[in-house]
Parts: sequence; C-alpha cells; structure tokens
Amino acid sequence: MSISTHAPVFIVLLPLTASLLCLCFSRLNRKLGAWIVQAAIAGSFVAALLTMYQVLNSGSHNLHYWMGNWEPPIGIEFAVDPLNAAVLCMITFLSLVISFYGKPFLVSEDWLHYGGYYTLYGLLTVGLCGMVVTGDVFNMYVYLEIMSLSGYGLIALGGKKSMIAAFRYLLVGTIAASLYLIGIGYVYSMTGSLNMADISVRIQPFVHTPLFAFAVACFLIAFGIKMALFPLHGWQPDAYTYAHPGAAGLISGCMSKVPAYAMLRFFFYIFGVTSPVMSALLDVLGIMGIGGILIGSVMALAQYDFRRMLAYSSVAQLGYIAVGMAMGNMYGFIGAVLHLINHAFMKSCLFLVVGGISYRFGEVNLYRLGGLNKKMTVSSVALCFAVLSMVGIPPTCGFFSKWYLMLGAYEGKEYIFIAILVISSLLNAIYYFRIVEQMFVQREASLTELHKPATKFGLPMSMVLPIGITGLGILVLGIYSYDIVVGVLKLGLPEVFLR
Amino acid sequence: MIVNDPRPFLAVGTAFLAALLVSCSRKHPNVRETWSTVASFLMFGLIISMVGGVLNGNVYQWTLFQLTDTVGFTLRTDTAGMIFACLSSLLWIPINFYSIGYMRNNHETEQTGYFASFAVCLGATVGVSLASNLLTFFVFYEILTIFSYPLVLHERDEEALDASRKYLAYTLVSGQLFLAGTVGVYCISGTMDFRAGGFLDSGMAPIWVLQLLFLLMIMAGSVKAAVMPLHGWLPAAMVAPTPVSALLHAVAVVKTGAFAVLRVICFVFGPKLLSELGTADVLAWLAAATILMSSFIALKQDNLKRRLAFSTIGQLSYIVLGASLLTPLAIKGAYLHLVAHAVMKITLFMCAGVIIVRTHLHEISEMDGIGRRMPVTMGCFAIASLGIAGTPFLIGFISKWNLAMGAIQAGKPLFVAVWIASALLAIGYLMPVVRMAFFKPEPKEDPRHYGSISYSMLIPICFTAVLALVLGCDPEIFPPDFYKLATVTADAVCAGWGGGW
Amino acid sequence: MEALNEFLARRGLYTLVMILFFLGVYGMVLSKNYFKKLMAMNVMQVAVIFFYLCFAQKEGGMIPILVPGNVDPAAYINPLPHALMLTAIVVSMGTSGVAIALLMRIKESYGSVEEPEVLRRASK
Repeated sequence: MSISTHAPVFIVLLPLTASLLCLCFSRLNRKLGAWIVQAAIAGSFVAALLTMYQVLNSGSHNLHYWMGNWEPPIGIEFAVDPLNAAVLCMITFLSLVISFYGKPFLVSEDWLHYGGYYTLYGLLTVGLCGMVVTGDVFNMYVYLEIMSLSGYGLIALGGKKSMIAAFRYLLVGTIAASLYLIGIGYVYSMTGSLNMADISVRIQPFVHTPLFAFAVACFLIAFGIKMALFPLHGWQPDAYTYAHPGAAGLISGCMSKVPAYAMLRFFFYIFGVTSPVMSALLDVLGIMGIGGILIGSVMALAQYDFRRMLAYSSVAQLGYIAVGMAMGNMYGFIGAVLHLINHAFMKSCLFLVVGGISYRFGEVNLYRLGGLNKKMTVSSVALCFAVLSMVGIPPTCGFFSKWYLMLGAYEGKEYIFIAILVISSLLNAIYYFRIVEQMFVQREASLTELHKPATKFGLPMSMVLPIGITGLGILVLGIYSYDIVVGVLKLGLPEVFLR
Repeated sequence: MIVNDPRPFLAVGTAFLAALLVSCSRKHPNVRETWSTVASFLMFGLIISMVGGVLNGNVYQWTLFQLTDTVGFTLRTDTAGMIFACLSSLLWIPINFYSIGYMRNNHETEQTGYFASFAVCLGATVGVSLASNLLTFFVFYEILTIFSYPLVLHERDEEALDASRKYLAYTLVSGQLFLAGTVGVYCISGTMDFRAGGFLDSGMAPIWVLQLLFLLMIMAGSVKAAVMPLHGWLPAAMVAPTPVSALLHAVAVVKTGAFAVLRVICFVFGPKLLSELGTADVLAWLAAATILMSSFIALKQDNLKRRLAFSTIGQLSYIVLGASLLTPLAIKGAYLHLVAHAVMKITLFMCAGVIIVRTHLHEISEMDGIGRRMPVTMGCFAIASLGIAGTPFLIGFISKWNLAMGAIQAGKPLFVAVWIASALLAIGYLMPVVRMAFFKPEPKEDPRHYGSISYSMLIPICFTAVLALVLGCDPEIFPPDFYKLATVTADAVCAGWGGGW
Repeated sequence: MEALNEFLARRGLYTLVMILFFLGVYGMVLSKNYFKKLMAMNVMQVAVIFFYLCFAQKEGGMIPILVPGNVDPAAYINPLPHALMLTAIVVSMGTSGVAIALLMRIKESYGSVEEPEVLRRASK
C-alpha cells in the first residue's frame, strides 16, 4: 500500500490543508502562506498527473478511492476515469500557473489580505477539483459550495463594483445550489443512494416517471446557472468583469467549466441519454446552447470593455459545450469535453493578458490598446494565439474542438448546428480581430503607465510566465489533440457510445 | 512507390524557422535578411531535390503527427503538388532579393514583421501544395490567410485597414464554408486523402448533397482565386507594398486559390463525378464571364497596380476555366498556366514596384517616356506583357495553347473565342503602357526626379523575365520540368475517364 | 372535499414547502433591499431543508438511535437526510456569513444597501 495509491485524495487534501493553514503562516511572514498554498497546489498537480498515470495504466481505466475504506454506497468515494483525470490535470495546472500571477497585484497589501487572497484561491482550487473527482452527489454539493463561496470572495476582492457583482452572483448561485439540492432529494427518494455509480444502476426503472423529469430539470437549471448557460447567464458578465484580476483567469477559465463538466457527468454517466425524457432535455439544452452562442457573440460584439467582451464570449463558448452535449453522439461528446479543456486555456490566457494590460496601463477599453505589440511582446503573441484559437484557426486548439463538434453535428444530422458553428466562428472573428487590429494599427494610443515595466517583456516575470505558458498551451493542446482524444478521452467514454 | 521521407516537412519547416529567426533578430537588419535569403535557397533546394524522384514515380510522404483521431498531418509529393511547390519556392528567391531592395529603398516601417510574415506565407504555400489530405490542406490554407493579413495591413492606415478587413472577411468566410464542406465530404466518404481522379462517387450521397458540398468547397478556392463575383478583396488589397502584391497576386494567395480549385476538381470530386453533377459547367461560365469582364475593367484602370490586379483576376480564371472543362489537355493547360501566370505577373508587379520606388508614380497616364530612363525595367515589362497576351516563344503561349486545345477536346469551342478575345484585350490594356514608356516624350514641365537604381530590385526582374523566355522556348527544361509534371498530373487525373477525345 | 383531504394528506406538506421555496425566490427577485434579498434567500434554503426532512419521515418510525434488540430498519426513520441537512445548514450559514460580510462592505462603500441607491452610486 504505497502512498501513490492515495493520489486521488491528495488532489483535494493538499490545497485544503494548506488553505486552512495559510492565514496562520501569513501572520508569521506575509508571503509564507502564499508559498505554502502554491506548494500545495503544485503537489496537487503532481497528484493529478499521478492519478492520470494510474488510470491510464489500470485495466478498467477506472480508479475508485474509498474514503476511510468505507465501501460505497455507504461510504463516500472518489471516482476517477480518464475524463476526470484530464479535467483534474487541467484545473490543477491552470491553478498552479495562475497562482503566481496574482502576486504583483498584492505587493502593497498587508498580511491579512495577502494571506486571505491565497486562502480563497486555494479553496477555489479545492472546490473545483473536488467537484470533478468526487463520486458522491452530496459530496459534490459541498464542493460546489466551497467553490462558490471562495469564488464570491475572490470576485468581491476586485474593487468597489465587484462587491455588487459578487453579491448578486451569491444570490443567483444559491438558487442554483438549492435547486441542485432539491434534485438530489428527488434522486435520493427514488433510488435511496447518493453514490453516482449506484444511482446510475438504480435510477433505470424510474427514467420514464415525471419525478425523474423534474429532478433532471432541476439539475439542468442548477448547472445551467453555474455554467452561465443562456438564458441563465445574467450574473456572469458583471462577475467576470469585476473579479480580482489576479484570479480572473482561474475564475473565467475553470469556474464555469467545472459545472458544465458536472452536468455532463450527470447526464451521460448517471442518467444515460437514451431515455425519452433525456433526449427531450438534450433538445432543450441544444436550444439553450444555440441561444447562448448567438446572444453571447452578438453581445460581445457590442462591448468596449475588454473584460466584459470576454465574459460574453464565454457565454457563447459555453454554448458550444452545451451544443456538443445536445448532439448526444460520440463526436459531439468528445467535442464538448475537448472544448471544455481548450476553452479553459484560451479564456484564462485572454483574461491574464487583460489583467496584464490593466496592471500596467489601467486600461480595459479595447479601442485603446494601440501599439501594444511593441510594449508587451509576449502578451500580444499570446493574445494572438488565443484569438486564433477562438476563431478556430488550425493548428490552435480551438479548431480541433470545433472539428469534432462539426463531425458530431453531421453524424447526428443536426445541420443547424453546423450553420451555427460557422456563423459563430465568423462572429468571433469579427470581435476578436478588431482587438488585433487595434494593437497593430493604432500606433500611439495615449496609454499612461501605472507600473513601469520590470522586465523587457513589459510586465513582472510572475505575470509574463503565466501568460506565456497558457498562450503556448493553446498551441500545444492543438498539436497534441490527437493524443488527448485517442489516448485519454476515448478511454473514458460513457457506455452509450461504446455499443 | 511511396517513400517515407521528411523532406516535405523540412522544406515547410525551413520557412517557418526562418520566420522565427527573423522575428528574433529585429535589431539587426542584415542578419534578418540573411535568414530569409538562406531559407529561400534551402527550401528551393529541398523541393528541387525531390523532383527527379517524383518524375520517376516515387512519392515522398511523411506524417508529422495525427491531427484528429483518423486524419494525419501528412505531406506528400504528388506531381500536381510538386508543380506548385517548385514554382513558389523558385519564385521566393527573386522576390526575396527584390523585397530587400524595395523595403530599404522605400524606407518602409515594420520590416521585421513583414519578412517574418512573408516567410510564413511561403512556407504555408508549399504546405498547401504538398498537403496529402483535406485537413492538412485546410491547416496550411488558414495559416496562409492569417499571415497574409498583416502583409495587407502593412501600411497601417485607414485604407489598409479597410482592405485588410475586406480581405479577412472574404477569406475567413470562405474558409469556414470550406471546413463545413470538408466535414461533409469526410462524413459521406470516410476519407480525406487526395486521389488523382477524385475519391467521391455518385453512390455516396444524393446528387443535391454532392452539389452543395462542391459549392461549399469550390467557394474557398474561388474567393482566393478572385473569380467574379468573389473578387472584391483583390483590387482593395493593392494598398499593400508592391512585393506583397507580387506575392499575393503571383505566387502565394491567389495561386493557392487556383490550386485549391484544381485540387477540389481533380483530386476530391474528379472529372467523372463532376460531369455527372453538371456543376463544373456553371463554374466554367462564371470563369469565362470573369475573364472578359475583368479585362474590360482593366482597360479603364489608370492606376498601374490596379490594372495589373484586374488582369490577375482574368488570368486566374483561365486556370479555373481550364479545370472546369474536365479534359486532360485543359487540366494540363491549367497547371501550366499556374506556372506561366506566376512568372509573368511577378515580373509585371516587380516592374511596377521599381517604377514606384524610383519615380513615385502610380498612375499610368503620368508614365510618359519613363522607358528611356528605365530601359531594362520597361523591357522586362514588355516581355511579360507579351507573355500575358500569349505570344509564342513566351511561357504564356504554351499554357494557353493547351487550354485552347482542351476546350476543343471538351467540345466547347466557344471558350476558345473567350481566350482569343481576352488575349486581344490583354494587349489592349498592357501594351499602351509599354508604348507610352518608350515612344512618348517625357513631359517638359516639372521634370521627374529619378531615384537611384537598385540592383537588388533590377536583377530579380531580369531573372523572372528571362525565366519566362526560357520556359517559353523549352518548357521541359530540367529541373523542375513543369511540362512533364503537368502532363503526368493531367493523365493521372483523367485516367479511366472517357472525357474528351 | 374528500379529494382535497386526500391531496393534503399525501402532498400537502410538499406543496407548502414548494410555496415556501418560491416565496423565497420571489422575495429575492422582487425586494429592493439587499438585506431583504438575503433574508429571502435564507427562507428559500430553509424550504429545501424542510423538503428533505419531510421525505425522511416515516409513519411509526422512531428517531434513529439503536434500541437494543430492535434491529429492524423499518422501525427507524431514515437518518441520512437529517445528516445531509446538518451539512446543508452549515453551508447556508456560511453563505449567509459571506453575504453579510459583502453587505457590510457595500454599506461601507456606498452608504446604503438599497438596490436602486447602490446602483445609482455605483454608476456614477
């Protein structure tokens, strides 16, 4: 019984412990707590990689970790399949990279704020990872709330306006959590179990009942709110716009993806998509996705605040994921999961770049970014990668998820989705290329420097590196998308697609 | 025989690496230009080293990695691809020297970005030409789109902004439609590998589906090849610096479009299927209309570069028309015209560039008598103009002869009339320039100021003009033996199909 | 009348819980005061807790503490929903805490927790 068999639990345990200790250490030394949280997240990343390795090398491609060795369904278990492992690696990696990014924003803060920021940051990571790794539906509720509460905190740290955004998000988020709880209540009263694997077996006799339909609708709305699915996205633009710029990368990158992933887990692995109730639900999901893609893109087009534009673009991109799920076939599913991972990188990268710009110039108006390519080289190259990926230009990763989505659409004979995908790529092109254009064309915008550049890249090193890494990640994910799809995702497909 | 050989990727990689090195040596112009010069020779060497093998029936193939679960990122040297790869890598050498001269003499800004984008564009062009399947093709096609965008935007002013927006709008829309078509083709046939004679057949899907897919896929090529009514971006893109215009309109972008049309017609759908679908006829008529209309518009243009742009639109439609006639000779003529037009039009544009650099004249009506001070430039201009018109012993004649024979082979002699008319029109819009340059006196009032002669601009012009002559006299000159490559391609495409004679 | 009795006996409790839940949502949406919104949110959370407690009930069941000799599970009510709701109560307390902290900061910054007032000052 070596320590590596405990890898799944360490993913959550390490950052949780570190976050709780963070403030104590921060009291001793302002920066110590932050380092401990970062070390814990690094450990969690290693554990995630180890878990991935174990999953891929286990015969059944499934890993079950029983908490305290209590056998499910009595005990709580962590269940990891290749899909989980991939998403976990993504979350911990992004969280690790972005954890460095917040530091320049905090240099003048006292120990309480410095430590507090990293406490919240660590807890956000805990919540995100926990939601993915857990195999117990109520346990997921707890992690959902950990994620949300720390998320509210990080959003509220962003300044004066952010508090209103955070409070509103809190209200809406609590409705989502309550609905999720009601959904669990229904499922529990039908099956008498809280373990996901157990539920997936016991729910089958009930899949035609109205009770089941009601529960599923609750889950749809709950996760729909959390992932900012149109038309439930009202809270999201403000929250993303005013979130603390240090954490905005993680918040925008992962905080909406993980609920999307949870939804995918519920629908495809627990409930199964073959029953008439579910296929009706997938149709609804598809319509919501299409609405999101169109409304999100159009609204993004109308923004001049860079962050708000990105927020609306997220609504559109989450629509892609919803549409991928709604196709209900293998390629659509792969496209959805791949896009979930890819988009986390793209959006993180973009928010990091915006954060960098506002750190140095205090400017978020996207019509005033002229000459940026000379002043912030790495950031503008990363921005270009992210933009190309958003539009779906190969070989960046955004192209590949779109490719699988299109394959899925053809396979499912849902030609409307193809038209929507094409239209949305073009809308993306319009609102992203205008930024690139601004950067290159407007030679001298009157930008005032708030912070003098510390390095020749125009930003402190702890900001340049995350930007560069996520930017490069976009390209690497694109080139290795075959390995991700065939080597990882295809091993963890739900049973429906294996037949 | 299929040989695993990384040379196709090395050739493309050379250009991409050069772009990277160029952008890293921003501070040292001489080092920077050395990189692109070395890369241009290296790439040509790599490509040309494969021609012999390809003509002997070898196919060099290399898969770098898997793009999707079923499709590889593969380059393969078939004869059709070799024609275009040889052409673009060959022409990179003169245009590179010319660019150096032009950019320095004209004191342009943003030269680093310019040379880097230039190298990427050439690399992507070779990638497009050697791509072995639709997805690889699309990857390079989009890279080309994206990296020619900064070239159009080079001047960074309002006009360039409008032009670049227009350019992106046209190319991205058509690119996305092409992607949708690609997915469709993949879903009905289960493969994406190009095959001479096409890999689709009429049993795979209903006729209207195939027609729709053809429309989606041909659109992308037609936009870049500026077939009317999809040509709007091309005259606008003339705001770019002249070497870029030469690149856009002679080698890379527009030829990629024409090449895409050829690929789709000859290697995806195939002449047999297309003759059943009947869509190629529509394309042929569109192309014929484009040839005539653009020639008439060219007659009325006073700006030299715009006149050349409209001439390009017409000439490219020769290729499209040749491809859509679906006979062996017409397809051979189309491939040859790809080469011929590139060599001739690059000469014309480079001449226009020299005129701009030395005299800052853009309008033809102001060019009275410049031939006396610039005899070599205008001499080359005259040669290339005659070539465009189709004079024997120049390369344009060979391709046009084959195209015309192809039209007769297809039983559509009406198109021969189109070609003859357009040749006359070409004389009509290009020869007056030569006449004015040589036979009209210089205006007495406000004497012109001539800049100094730049040999790095003049020598490339002479090189391409001589190339047009040499290829016109002996098209089978080796390497790269364009004539044989085109013949082999056309025969392979039309093998087993009783089209024509 | 009979039908109503039947309905109330079988579904009455759940109906009440549902009304309570939507009263909460209604209050969150419509009240103009942030603190009232927060209280409405608590009402909604309580409704969810009631919901769990309701379906955990069982006629004739006793509290789930093992009586020596009686190992028949039918004799006890289901303890699990109660345990879950303990967690949910803790979570809702946490949520309220965060919300109140946020409101204090909003009050500090804007001098009010009335929504129109806060929004007016925020947009200035």
